[in-house]
Amino acid sequence: MSITLEHVNYVYSPGTAYEKQALKDVSFEIPQGQFVGIIGHTGSGKSTLIQHLNGLVKATSGRILYEGKNIYDNDYDMRKLRSQVGLVFQYPEYQLFEVDVLTDVCFGPKNQGFSPEECEKNAREALELVGFPEKYYKQSPFELSGGQKRRAAIAGVLAMKPKVLILDEPTAGLDPKGRDEILDQIEKLHRETGMTVVLVSHSMEDVARYVDRIIVMNHGEKMLDGTPREVFRHYRELEKVGLAAPQVTYVMHDLKAHGFEVDPDATTIEEAADEIMKAFRGKEGALA
Amino acid sequence: MDMIHAEQLVYEYDKRDEEGNVIGTNRAIDGVNIDVPQGSFVAVLGHNGSGKSTLAKHMNAILVPTGGTMWVDGRDTKDPEELWNVRQTAGMVFQNPDNQIIGTVVEEDVGFGPENLGVPTDEIWKRVEESLRSVGMIEYRKASPNKLSGGQKQRVAIAGVIAMEPKCIVLDEPTAMLDPNGRREVIRAVEKLRKEKKVTVILITHYMEEVIAADQVFVMDEGHIVMHGTPREIFSRVDELKSYRMDVPQVTMLAEELRKRGLDVPRGILRREELVEALCRLR
Repeated sequence: MSITLEHVNYVYSPGTAYEKQALKDVSFEIPQGQFVGIIGHTGSGKSTLIQHLNGLVKATSGRILYEGKNIYDNDYDMRKLRSQVGLVFQYPEYQLFEVDVLTDVCFGPKNQGFSPEECEKNAREALELVGFPEKYYKQSPFELSGGQKRRAAIAGVLAMKPKVLILDEPTAGLDPKGRDEILDQIEKLHRETGMTVVLVSHSMEDVARYVDRIIVMNHGEKMLDGTPREVFRHYRELEKVGLAAPQVTYVMHDLKAHGFEVDPDATTIEEAADEIMKAFRGKEGALA
Repeated sequence: MDMIHAEQLVYEYDKRDEEGNVIGTNRAIDGVNIDVPQGSFVAVLGHNGSGKSTLAKHMNAILVPTGGTMWVDGRDTKDPEELWNVRQTAGMVFQNPDNQIIGTVVEEDVGFGPENLGVPTDEIWKRVEESLRSVGMIEYRKASPNKLSGGQKQRVAIAGVIAMEPKCIVLDEPTAMLDPNGRREVIRAVEKLRKEKKVTVILITHYMEEVIAADQVFVMDEGHIVMHGTPREIFSRVDELKSYRMDVPQVTMLAEELRKRGLDVPRGILRREELVEALCRLR
């Protein structure tokens, strides 16, 4: 129950003037149930990478195994793979098209061959999972707010009951509250269903807060792979490739440089606050 | 004098059903008063649908008010005679760089605006060079825009606006589609423009970190301005901001968390140096 990449290479337009190697010898395994973040600057290969995970783009060389089976085998059921590995693109609300939200969310399961009753059941479950209010089920998707549209679009993928959910910058363009709501909902979904979640994000703070593991892409290669604490420890290298650590990590490093006895690896506000309080606790009189 | 001055600004539009019949009106802007002094840097925050983009579109007469008045550099935007003057005074940069670039070569794209204004050729080239230099993109002048990163494209879009020499530049979520590096590049370019060219800057954004350097911040909700002050004043009111679906910079949040846990850290900390300094004092 996992996705494994073995030495995956991908070359765009081979043999032409536009030839470009978008992925270089990428290998990793994502076990079932993990919450993985993928970070990297624009053009680092993140989007190409996730499109490999459900067979949308075929590797130029290398193997991809889903649940132990090579997805490039001739008799491999690609259709089944695509319904089990759900991909939510950037700005997915541009893909909404039906007359009302419920019909739109039914589109996926309908194509999977489910009966109308089953489609509606799946669609309702999916909308509930993303916290979409029932009073808008019969509303045109085009009349919704940005955040609600985004939820409806994510529900459209969830209605196909995927085991793996891949999201390409699901919070781009949303206001801070909308961003937190979507990510909290995805976190809850992950916790309650044990679904594997792969989150592509430009926000280091968000990644640090939600994921178990971070894969850093740079120029088509896997540059770092580890827990948020491990990865953000390399903040200087991250800066060189257009990324950064969460702001609090920098605060912790500054504090350490000023002689505070803190572990500088904190990556979230809670971790940082715990560390700072620990450093202060020893000293009398500092607490107000 | 104020570069932007609005009095009791109202913008209403018709709500229509599927057949196109009017079924009511929506008030996107509801009695807004705003003053932006010349040469200042003003940030506008607000959730999706709060009316901030509608307000921005009033600043160069893409929209004209249905009630109240908007003056741009003293010109009433409702006056059809002033339309082109208003548009030349306030240049706009939008969210998606791909929708704003039309040239096949960077320098041609930047020259498009002044060419349309009837600027003489020598002067166009001078302006192209100067504006590309001011956003740090001069070495890409011969490049094809589609080979650039998002941040670079957005800086070209800004150069295109600057080449028309507006007194004021309105940026509507210019960094929403960019990676962290792209965001930094764009914000640095904007801050530099303001310092060197004394251009008035109005920045609309969802990223709290980008407004720290602003002179004043306006927060919008349901077509109203609900908070107004310096970044420090605004970010000291964490709970109020959150009630408008906004956030505070992560450093401010950490300071707030530490205060809740009993450390005597001052309110409204914006930058990490300030927090480190405050903690050093407490030690």
